[in-house]
Amino acid sequence: MTGSNILGKLFGRSPIGPIQEHMQIANQAVQLLPDLIRATTAGDWDTAGAVHKEIERTERDADKLKRSVRRHLPKSLFLPVPRSDLLSLVSMQDNVANTARDVAVIIMGRNMCFPESMQDSVLAFAEACAATAGQALLAIQELDELLEVGFSGREVKRVEAMLKELDKMERRTDKMAAGLRAQLFRIESELPPVDVIFYYQILSLLGNVADEAEAVGDRLQVLMAK
Amino acid sequence: MEVIAQHGTLFLALACLFGFFMAWGIGANDVANAMGTSVGSRALTITQAICIAMVFEFLGAYLAGGEVTSTIRQGIIDPEVMAGHPELMVYGMLSALLAAATWLMIASLQGWPVSTTHSIVGAIVGFAAVGISVDAIHWEKVGGIAASWVVSPVIAGIVSYSLFMSVKYLILDTDDPFHRAKRIIPVYMWLVGFMIAMVTLLKGLKNVGVKLDMGLGGEFANAALASALIGLLVAGFGALLMRRIKEVHNEQNRFYSVERVFAVLMVFTACSMAFAHGSNDVANAVGPLAAVASTIQSGGVISAQSAMPGWILMVGALGIVVGLATYGWKVIATVGRKITELTPSRGFAAELGAAGTVVIASATGLPISTTHTLVGAVLGVGFARGIAALNARVIGSIFMSWLITLPAGAALAVIFFFTFKVIFAF
Repeated sequence: MTGSNILGKLFGRSPIGPIQEHMQIANQAVQLLPDLIRATTAGDWDTAGAVHKEIERTERDADKLKRSVRRHLPKSLFLPVPRSDLLSLVSMQDNVANTARDVAVIIMGRNMCFPESMQDSVLAFAEACAATAGQALLAIQELDELLEVGFSGREVKRVEAMLKELDKMERRTDKMAAGLRAQLFRIESELPPVDVIFYYQILSLLGNVADEAEAVGDRLQVLMAK
Repeated sequence: MEVIAQHGTLFLALACLFGFFMAWGIGANDVANAMGTSVGSRALTITQAICIAMVFEFLGAYLAGGEVTSTIRQGIIDPEVMAGHPELMVYGMLSALLAAATWLMIASLQGWPVSTTHSIVGAIVGFAAVGISVDAIHWEKVGGIAASWVVSPVIAGIVSYSLFMSVKYLILDTDDPFHRAKRIIPVYMWLVGFMIAMVTLLKGLKNVGVKLDMGLGGEFANAALASALIGLLVAGFGALLMRRIKEVHNEQNRFYSVERVFAVLMVFTACSMAFAHGSNDVANAVGPLAAVASTIQSGGVISAQSAMPGWILMVGALGIVVGLATYGWKVIATVGRKITELTPSRGFAAELGAAGTVVIASATGLPISTTHTLVGAVLGVGFARGIAALNARVIGSIFMSWLITLPAGAALAVIFFFTFKVIFAF
């Protein structure tokens, strides 16, 4: 006799929890990148392989969760924020994980190791990019508190402050990337040309991770502004 | 006339049986909607919810159900039309009860959306229009009832929206929500106490046989003052309960402690919800029983004035309690499991908005659906951006339940009516 209970049917599954979990997984993939670079510069390819596997697995988990969030967001749901904003938020979070995986795939596929003079700054750059993703996660983790106050008031200001910090961190990674590219340009003629192409590519992909983390924050701001 | 003299006791027994069956169905199924919100938001355990439901459904039916019962009994049909044939009234009300109860059973088993109120009203209109005459029905009254079915969820939605907005601005969106909650929540508790006391004093005391006079002149002023005082008592009691809740730090959710304070408030709104449900849904289940009883006791005279015997509401209240004990608790558990996304700060706003609307409808004698009103209230909180995800398709299924339940109740009632007529003609 329970099928007729209108009230039981009235409540849909909240997308907020799964979206937060999705960002957590995406961030996990990014946080593994500095470990991967550290292992390659140390020449420890066993560890690097294990980290790479871990990144691949995390990215797959993120994909699975992304599809589940989408499946549970049918058009008929009545949500406190526009459905399209939530869907594109998930896509952007997913980009973060995808790019992290792309970095890992290239590094492992080419047994890549940056020239010794660059190693420290590349690691610092990777760590700064990972920190940017971490900051985006912090902001996303405020989603349930935002819901609690109905996406308004003090909580919005609080999240906006976090997003400002996220912007700042992303700008820092931009500067670091520019410095690294200049450094690479100075020594590129002494290096195998194909390697150089991929060094540039890794630098740009790492920068993309930070860009995409910032895009997650931007989407969150749009979502709050409505 | 002779039929009533001959079979009076049998009719009364049948009416009691059908009325009890109907009330049992409500207790088994419908109460879950009223109590499920409290269980789902973890403000109450299932056992607590059942205890509250038993006590307050009973009180609501007994103290505030009289007006709705009398609408069903004598508001929809014109008793004058049947003055010469009281047995028609008896057959009709018996078939209305049986039709509504049967339809509820079938629909519930099939998982179709139904409403007790709609099936009873549909059944009464059905047997009267087809079995007696189209003029036997007070159509303007029926029109008013139908309008109230649309208006009540909307009003409940507006009230809940306002309640949740007030919570947002007064408590949640402040520097220290926890202490604000403790200071402001007693006001909402006062509102619950005032509302129930007011309806009880204005509508219920005549059933118990107590007359209240505080020398203020005017029944309303007396009741308002007494209710305000009772509200203060309720708020004081609530404040005492809230003192036990201490603020704990929770990294995952900074509003964890605040919600625990709201959970105390939800115990009170759950009581008001059960009271409201008892005063309306139970009352309309026993309305036909009251009509049969008064016709038979007056020896076949269909009177519009006779007072409503208290034992009739007792039958309804008992039916609910038995329904809860035998089956309802399972349904409450199931509904509760599906409503886990509702936190106490929202659940209370929905419950109070719905309970207030239903109680006012009960006081004015309008039979409405508690479940539909509660759905309207929840959507109201949703419009205030308070709930993560609501299934908007449910609104469609409410309209479907109107479209299906009314004709189904009416058709079944017509069939039963002519069956009774044939059986007792010999």
